[in-house]
Amino acid sequence: MPEPKLRKLVTIVEDVFHEGGPVRDTPLKRGAVLAVIENPFAGRYEADIAGFMTDLEPLGLDMARRLIDALGGEAGAIEGYGKGAIVGQGGELEHGALWHVPGGYAMRGALGEAKAIVPSTKKVGGPGTRLDVPVTHINASYVRSHFDAMEVGVADAPRANELVLALVMTTGARIHARIGGLKAEDVKGEDGLR
Amino acid sequence: MKARIRKLTVFVEETRREMDRPVDPPTRKAAAVAVIRNPFAGRYVEDLSELIETAAILHPALGKPLREAVDKGAALVPSSKKRGGPGQVLDIPLGHKDAAYVRSHFDGMEVWLNDSPRADEIMVAVAVTDSGRPLPRIGGLTVSEVQGKDGLR
Repeated sequence: MPEPKLRKLVTIVEDVFHEGGPVRDTPLKRGAVLAVIENPFAGRYEADIAGFMTDLEPLGLDMARRLIDALGGEAGAIEGYGKGAIVGQGGELEHGALWHVPGGYAMRGALGEAKAIVPSTKKVGGPGTRLDVPVTHINASYVRSHFDAMEVGVADAPRANELVLALVMTTGARIHARIGGLKAEDVKGEDGLR
Repeated sequence: MKARIRKLTVFVEETRREMDRPVDPPTRKAAAVAVIRNPFAGRYVEDLSELIETAAILHPALGKPLREAVDKGAALVPSSKKRGGPGQVLDIPLGHKDAAYVRSHFDGMEVWLNDSPRADEIMVAVAVTDSGRPLPRIGGLTVSEVQGKDGLR
């Protein structure tokens, strides 16, 4: 399989200070890195596609490191994560699914011991399609304060023969989290769930 | 009154290929968007000076710090504005910072925040680039020909 052909990288960082409640001195940060790459399988049915997952690993790791840098440079500050893909109209949903394994590999490669599954979403769409990337705690999926999401998209992507690959990280709970449930400080961190 | 920022978002776009050709060095565009309270929402207010002084959003107040940040900036900062609800897309016009007629730098950047602006908020944005469009080739005034005196050429 060929090396991914990268057209564009987009970085988005949100600093959230409040949402109508107490204003925080240290904002919650949500960040995303999006890579727009050529879909090598666009326009036809290709039976054997799984090898491309390995080809995506170096790109994924580069994206994860960029994202940590954009969020302040400290891997230890990252508390939530998620991933997603948008497939241009010449491709199929299965091409987006190729991102599951290398996206998770990238998160763990850059963050170290992250126990929880990386929540994900994907869809087929045209340029400007928005994707709501789900976010949960990196070590325990049930941490309720960290259930979050970030909307991402690129105005001119994906074109028909492209894929938009996304990684999202956050530095903490929702800005005014107060609905109970498992707390981050109570995480056992053994099974990735609690 | 200090401008009370609810949210600050930075977008950076780096283009490495276009039409299957390398863009080397990559072109880069960036935008920063702040979401602040609109102190005048919901009623007619005659005197808007509070916002001009404190939030630095209207044209003269925003242009000065932007010019200081980009070193020189002889050209008019092109701008656009609109009313809209959460998720509203804004296209920020872009031109060369020292000479508005540099054709390779006629560009634009789209920004949006899914949760902004709410009814009592204003989104303010600035965008900068370190390059023109990817693969520019429609002629006109080039960067190397800029005199940079009048902001136009």
